[in-house]
Amino acid sequence: MRTFERTMAPHLRPAASIPRLMGEVLIALLPATVAYVWYFGPGLLLNMAVATAVAVAAEAAVLAVRNREVMPRLQDLTAVLSAVLLAFALPPLTPWWVTATGAAFAIVFAKQLYGGLGYNPFNPAMAGYVVLLISFPAEMTHWLPPSGLGLAPERADLFASLTYLFTSHLPNPLGWDSIGGATPLDEVKTQLALARTVDEIRSTALYGDFGARGWEWVNNYVALGGIWLIYRRVIQWHIPVAVLLGLIVPATVFYLVEPGNYPPPAFHVFSGAVMLGAFFIATDPVSAATTGRGRLIYGAGIGVLTYVIRTWGGYPDGLAFAVLLMNMAVPAIDRYTVPRVYGHGR
Amino acid sequence: MSGDKRLWQFHGGMPLPGHKRVSTSIPLEATGIPEMLIHPLSQHVGSPAEAIVAPGERVLRGQPVARATGYVGSPVHAGSSGTVVEVGSRPVPHPSGLSADCVVIRTDGEDAPFTGYDALTNYETLNAPALRARVRECGIVGLGGAAFPTSVKLNVGVGLKSLILNAAECEPYISCDDMLLRHRAADVVAGAQVMLHALEIRHCCIAIEEDKPEALEALTARVAEIGDTRIEVVTMPAIYPAGGERQLIQVLTGHEVPADGIPADIGYLCQNVGTAAAVASAVLRGEPLISRVVTVTGSGVRQPRNLDVRLGTPIAKVIDACGGYTESARHLIMGGAMMGFPLNHDDMPLIKATNCLFVASAEDVRPRPPEQPCIRCGECARACPASLLPQQLQWSTRAEDFDEVEALNLYDCIECGCCDLVCPSHIPLTQYFRYAKTEIWNRRQERARSDHARNRFEARKTRIDLEEAERKRRLEAKTRALGKASQDEDTRKAMIDEVMKRVRERKTPDSAEDTRE
Ligand code: SF4
Ligand code: SF4
Repeated sequence: MRTFERTMAPHLRPAASIPRLMGEVLIALLPATVAYVWYFGPGLLLNMAVATAVAVAAEAAVLAVRNREVMPRLQDLTAVLSAVLLAFALPPLTPWWVTATGAAFAIVFAKQLYGGLGYNPFNPAMAGYVVLLISFPAEMTHWLPPSGLGLAPERADLFASLTYLFTSHLPNPLGWDSIGGATPLDEVKTQLALARTVDEIRSTALYGDFGARGWEWVNNYVALGGIWLIYRRVIQWHIPVAVLLGLIVPATVFYLVEPGNYPPPAFHVFSGAVMLGAFFIATDPVSAATTGRGRLIYGAGIGVLTYVIRTWGGYPDGLAFAVLLMNMAVPAIDRYTVPRVYGHGR
Repeated sequence: MSGDKRLWQFHGGMPLPGHKRVSTSIPLEATGIPEMLIHPLSQHVGSPAEAIVAPGERVLRGQPVARATGYVGSPVHAGSSGTVVEVGSRPVPHPSGLSADCVVIRTDGEDAPFTGYDALTNYETLNAPALRARVRECGIVGLGGAAFPTSVKLNVGVGLKSLILNAAECEPYISCDDMLLRHRAADVVAGAQVMLHALEIRHCCIAIEEDKPEALEALTARVAEIGDTRIEVVTMPAIYPAGGERQLIQVLTGHEVPADGIPADIGYLCQNVGTAAAVASAVLRGEPLISRVVTVTGSGVRQPRNLDVRLGTPIAKVIDACGGYTESARHLIMGGAMMGFPLNHDDMPLIKATNCLFVASAEDVRPRPPEQPCIRCGECARACPASLLPQQLQWSTRAEDFDEVEALNLYDCIECGCCDLVCPSHIPLTQYFRYAKTEIWNRRQERARSDHARNRFEARKTRIDLEEAERKRRLEAKTRALGKASQDEDTRKAMIDEVMKRVRERKTPDSAEDTRE
């Protein structure tokens, strides 16, 4: 008689794993990272470094305090991804303590205090970003215009970026007046408030072929990465498509009704954090709805809310708020989109 | 016959590596007769058979050694001629790992046949009950793995549209239906004809996955040869678990079997092709079910192959017929890589339900990676052929919220394992669901038991109360009555505590693994 070890069905093993999924998402962000650095200088990379270091340290610290295994969690790359997404949302020149505060808040409060990976109702990166938006309004609006397009007399090089990162002062003779600029969304909001028409605003140098200059290309590369993720089946199409439609539909309606007062849909889609939000942030599985139908509702909600906040709200880009608001709606969405089970009446 | 029949899709499922070629390279052959044959009396759900032979008695090949008891039951026949040496408890292949009563026969090598069943070659002149009686007395059960008595399944009312013969064989590694069709397509088709007659219907669909070209060819050739237009062969894509009865019906007809019903409710009856061949033997040749085709596969056997084995043959002997174990043999699984269950050792007999013996190495069946928290990715729900929400089910199972688990329709889970295979967090979902099912069942039993106890208690209490009232009236002894009532309340509390303790004890993870059905 020969004896055998037990194994419970199914005896085959899954191919996917959390680190693999997160790794693919990080890789998909590479083209956008390169484009971003090309247009806005090396600041993004510095922000990523600060955010990642703080996020990983915070995750390790809280896990140790909570008496949980540290290594498996750090290896799953979820903290790294949150940090990278936060860095993407920040202005290219951000003082390190601002970035660090955002990353620490994202991990400690938005993720770990809710129970860690899988239990956080809010998207950590967006929670961290919103906290910064409220706490450091000045730093969060110091944007750089895309370089090489003649929008600013001078540009911030690595030295300038590092100096600002550590001291929050630009090295002489640079100043915000010479290198800085508002984001296109900001600009549109301000100008519309000054009773300019969209056409007048669009004829300025800030605008590119279909969206905001520079931004449109960064957004293109973000979308490219996102489509790659769909192709690789790391994410599903539902959320990105719903977010974009949720934004495009109201934008088109208002643009058609009053083209002078409302920017065209293409401008909305290719400006700000929309692509990043649609493909990389709203698709964070933990804080999103789970079923196909639920995800369509969830994504559409984000798109519509983004448009509403951009158009009538107090902030130029409403994506982060839209995501957090829809995060709150997830339990309800999940409850009402339970699929019909096989063999139970149609 | 057509390959371009309209097909439907079922929700979820997935293509899986088949690993079928491993065991189909050499032709089907019959193994020899072992020295000992062990016939368990209970081989499926329903009531166990009752032994009708005693130690010392001589039996012939195919002679009944145990008779069916109850409607959902089936007799057991001697696998070869010889002498009964024991009727007693032996280890049997069952998920519980427990032993069960068996008839043990020492064979004499003569293989002398029992002649109690005539060949019913005139079956077309017989009526349905007569044919069902033959199928029943010959011990035919479903050979796809569940071993449900075939005569019971054949006893459907009117309104049946179609007989579906299942040759999908979607589980990785299993190839016994494939090999059976390659070698005995004629028997399968004959079985289909017999069943069509017994069911009094005029359509049979034999469904086969497209990854079995040889079997398909043999089958279509045979159907063309006899020119029976009632029989249609349909090929379908190889998507696990298309061979599941409910999924198969959905693929072929687009209809869903009601959750609380059976396929016959919507006009379909599914039988495995192996069962059809067994029906043909029983009716046309008067041969009871004493052997079956079994796939022996995996890196743990020297020569993986398909064998026609006498039921009751010890598994160790079956493995010997395949050249024995390799060094890497580590797990012995009865059934396929997705739904098979583990056997602790090989000193048990092959039974009617044994479609596959999967001897796995550490490569074939890798250790389970550690479980991570669920990230709500929803992949499990996308993969679930029953359209359940495995993620929410596991959540509620962990929280021991079994009311919610039932509300999420746990009982529609077919334990196919698809959700497990896509979970990036490596959560043993299927295991959770088996645990939840057992747990709910146990609780129901407990509740029934305590309800029973309570009813008795209350009846007694009422009686006592009445007596007390009598006495009160007569003796006006009010105080004694009250004292008695509070004492009873204490007994009841103690009983509830006891029940709760037992429930808690059962929650250990080990028991979740061991109690599968
Ligand atoms: S597949 Fe696993 S991680 Fe994803 S939702 Fe289902 S249980 Fe959770
Ligand atoms: S095991 Fe159950 S829950 Fe999981 S996929 Fe299969 S039917 Fe669905």
